[in-house]
Formats: sequence, C-alpha cells, structure tokens
Amino acid sequence: MPYELKPFDTDCETTPYLNDKASEQGDRWLLNFGPQHPATHTTLRIVLELDGERIVRAIPHIGYLHSGFEKLGEKLDYNQYVTVVSRMEYISPIAEDIAWHTAAEKLFGIDLTPRCKVIRTIMAEIGRIQVHLLSLAAAALDLGAFTGFIYCFNVREHINDLVDYISGQRFHCDWTRVGGLSQDLPDEKMFKKLVKKFIDEQLPPAIDDIERLLNNNKIFRDRTVGVGKISHDEAIAWSLTGPMARASGVKRDVRKDNPYLCYKDNWDGQGSSAVDFKIPVASTCDCIARYLIRLEEVKQSVHIIKQLIDDIPGGSVNVDDDGKMTIPDKSSVYGSIEGLIQHFELVMTNRKWEAPIAETYCATETADGETGFYIVSDGGPSAWRAATRPPCFVNYSVFSKITEGHMIADIPAILGSINIIAGQLDR
Amino acid sequence: MAKPNLDHPTLALVKARFPKAKLFATEFRGDTTLVVEKQNLHEIMSYLRQDYETNYDFLSHVTGVDYMGYPKSEGNAPEGRFAVVYILVSTKTNTNLIVKVMLDPSLPTDGIEEDPALHVDTVTDIWPGAEWMEREVFDMYGIRFDGHPDLRRILLWEDYPAHPLRKDYPVEGRGERENFRVIGREDA
Repeated sequence: MPYELKPFDTDCETTPYLNDKASEQGDRWLLNFGPQHPATHTTLRIVLELDGERIVRAIPHIGYLHSGFEKLGEKLDYNQYVTVVSRMEYISPIAEDIAWHTAAEKLFGIDLTPRCKVIRTIMAEIGRIQVHLLSLAAAALDLGAFTGFIYCFNVREHINDLVDYISGQRFHCDWTRVGGLSQDLPDEKMFKKLVKKFIDEQLPPAIDDIERLLNNNKIFRDRTVGVGKISHDEAIAWSLTGPMARASGVKRDVRKDNPYLCYKDNWDGQGSSAVDFKIPVASTCDCIARYLIRLEEVKQSVHIIKQLIDDIPGGSVNVDDDGKMTIPDKSSVYGSIEGLIQHFELVMTNRKWEAPIAETYCATETADGETGFYIVSDGGPSAWRAATRPPCFVNYSVFSKITEGHMIADIPAILGSINIIAGQLDR
Repeated sequence: MAKPNLDHPTLALVKARFPKAKLFATEFRGDTTLVVEKQNLHEIMSYLRQDYETNYDFLSHVTGVDYMGYPKSEGNAPEGRFAVVYILVSTKTNTNLIVKVMLDPSLPTDGIEEDPALHVDTVTDIWPGAEWMEREVFDMYGIRFDGHPDLRRILLWEDYPAHPLRKDYPVEGRGERENFRVIGREDA
C-alpha cells in the first residue's frame, strides 16, 4: 500500500502565524474567537491579532463542518444529490434544491413546463424571504436586539408550514426532481390561500415591526453605519455577489443578467414577459446598507410572488410525461405497465439517465448571492464532478479585509451582515 | 452531438493577441470554454482582465476536476489528468467565459507529496477573490498555485493524508475517521 496513515502527533490546530507573531510583538495579543461562540452562529473560528481592542488582523479558519458533499455528488445521481445539496443551505433548503436542479436541467437541455416554472419561482422567492428573515433577525440579535430576532423568527414558522404543505417535509424538503417536482401541489386553492395569507397578512406586520425597531434605532445605527466597508471596485475584484455586492453599488443579479425560470422573457413559450422586479443597490458599502438591501429584497420578492400567484398555469408539473426523464407518479407506477417500466428504468442503478458527455456551469441567484454548479458529466447517471460555487464561501473570504482596523465589538455586526451559512461555507 | 458554436467574441481576440499559444475552444449550451496551456495561463488571464475589449473583471469561481478514467472525447480536445477551471464574467458586457488549464501529474497521486508538475500560476494578483478558491483547489486536488500569498489547506486540516476529491481517493475514505486521535480528559 503506497500510503500509510500518519499518527496525528502534531497539533493540527497550530498555524505558523500563531507561533511567531505573538511573542515578537509585545503590545499585540492574540484572541481566539470561536469555534463555539454565540455570535458566530455556527462553527467558525477567527484568530484575531489585537492592538488593545482594535483588530490588526483577523484570520478565519474554516472547515469545521466539512463533510465532503462534493465527493458525494460524484456518487449520488442527479435526483439523489438534491438531498445533500439542501443540507448545504440549511437556512432555506428549497432555494438550493432549485439551484441544483436548474443546473442539472441545463446539462440535460430540459425546458420545464410553465406550471413547474411558476411554482418553482414562487418557492424560490419564498426561500429568499426565509434567508433574509433569518439574516435580519441575526443582525438584530447579535447587536442586542433580541426582540427583532423574535419578530422575524415568528414569521419563518409560517414558511416552514407552507413548505410542509407542498412537500410533506417541514424543512429539508428535497422537493425538486430532474424535469419537475417530487409531487404536484396537493391542492392549488389551498396553496394559493396559504401563500396569500403569508404575503398579505403574516409577513408585512413583521417587516413593519423590524423596520420601526431598527431602521432609525440609535444603537443599531451606531454599530452598523460605516462598519465593514468595501468599495464598488473591490467588491467586484473580490468576487462578491448578492446583498454584499449590491450594498457596494454593484448592480448584479443573476435573475436579470442570466435569467432562468420566470425571470426570463417568454418563459411559457407564449410570449409572457419576465416577472417585474427591481434590484436594490446602495452606495454606502457598510453593514447598514446590507441590512437595508435585504429588507428591500424581501419586498421585491413579495412583489414577484404577487404577480405569479393568481395565474398558476394548468397542466403537468413534470416535463414530458411519457418520456424518460421524470419518475412517474405512484398511481401510474402501480396501475400501468408503462409507468412501472419507466420507474424501473430511472431507479435501477445501472440504468437511469443518459446525460450528454459535457461540462456546464449554471448559476442561480439565491439570497446570499450567486449559487452556481459546475457539472462535468461522463454520460452516466451521476455527475463526474459537481462543483459548487457557494456564495457564502466567496463572500466570507473578504472578511479579514473588511474587519481590519475595527473594534472587536464590530465583528458580530460584520458577521451578521455577511450572513454566513456554514453548510455552504464548508460543504 | 451538435457542432459547437464558436462565435464567442473573445476567442478571436485571444487568438489574434497570442498567435503562438496553443489554444482550444469548445461550447456547450452557451458556455464557451477556452483551454489554454499552463505556461500561457497567467498572461492570457491578465489580458482577459485588463484589456478594454475583453474586460473580464469578475472571477466567478475557480474549481478543479479530476479526469482519471473519464471517457475519451472525440476530436482533438486536449487531455490531461487534472484541470483547473476558471469561470469569468464581465460585469460591463455581461459575457461569460470558462478558461481551463490541463495538468498531468509526474508522481503517484494517492499521497500529499508536492508534485512539481502540478503547479500553475496563481491569479490572485489579477482577481484577489481567487485566494480562497485556489486554496480549496489545492486542498482538494493538491494543485499548487505559484505566487499565492497564503497557500494553506482551507477545509481540511494541515496533516490530512490525502487530497480527497482526486478520483483515486475512495468515497468512504481510508479509515481517517476510525483512526482519529481521541483526546481524553486526562491529556487535554
């Protein structure tokens, strides 16, 4: 065997930086922030070099949650991997499900049915609201406003109920499939009623509350205005996307730049125009700008849902019902020989899909930015390589740059404004 | 498969600018991929970033691919064991381009020893955002980026005895979890 397990004699946690810098410079000292700290939300470790209370350097150490998702993506097929993908974005799994299957469908060249596009777009926007509610809540909580946290979290509960209703699973719903959804809406009227109740009655009071609580709150503003600045050009150079980039004036949104689903013109093949929404952009580049952008994006999401919810097209949610791409519904599997054969073909490990031997990159806009998947396919039922472009990972890489020169107490404000989801960060 | 559509505007510009470089381009579903050789990578990337006609100012992602046992392609596409893939976007013109560089190892790939053939120039001086993405490629594939300011492993710990996204590393691992060092209360 060419390889032997090395005994772990050396201390894995040691970095050369920790050893040499601390002793040389007597007036500076090192502080370990995390991995378990209430303000880091998840297991993040930051080594801070401090001059008094001022941060000279902050070095993030990540990987505490690494579980080899991308390796599993090479083993599991295009439908199975959605269960793993949804664990990456554990704030709104439904948005990540949609991102993965949008990429898989680009590889297969599938054009979804109008009904599926509308339902997916509505749920993608609800997923965006779900993330933004959490990041608004956490931004408030980290700076001491526990009430704001409760206001937002209260509403997230209704989203869980809605996801439960459409997929049978409150949280990790694994709801999309290649070419469609795991199931059609149980009852369209009820779905409409739930969504409308959410966007008309349940969400607006919470948003009003948090706006009144925080927007002009002196403590909140003092701790976020001018903190964690990154300029427009730097934001582009550091590959930032999502609210992080838009708060620095970068007007980029994959929904407009590279549209998919109902964000694209003529999405139903009958000349319908893309859904109307605006990209909020701020110019102050600081934490409060990111907070305000998120708040505005929630309103834009509501605006998008309102355009779609009344006209959900009829027809099938799955593409090409008699074709070979989607798993048929159970009544057809048990009731017809064709359904049984099709199910068998897609479930047996040596059959399944025949993907083109090709490579493709497909990005979607999730709440934190551009979530992309670079899929390399060898023609088999699972991807040869399913590389993720996680927005949190890329956005967090700028952390040490934007904290330099700030106080320790600014770290929770900056962490809250980046909105790190460690599942995406570490995969 | 359909013939790739190669009228991406950047390809002709790169070809005219680097007449001696060996280039290969392909396209699939609107994604144009340009395969370059590793000795030309840095100058082509600088050109793509800085020239006002191309102006790819946004590096969306850097990732690696291991092609061990991948089906042979038709035609004369360049082949190699590993690839580093760069996804570029121009925020001015909203065009995308995928740049790929192929690498072949000179040593056995099941350990973590440094392989002189698996070196490629960093692009962190062109796009600073590449820093963590390149660290991840190094961590997962053992491809080293020359000139990188801080090339440490990022997700796994320093002593991890493999680069796990290589195809010769099994999905179930090699017993790392079972042989994990346990720190008891008495030696903590």
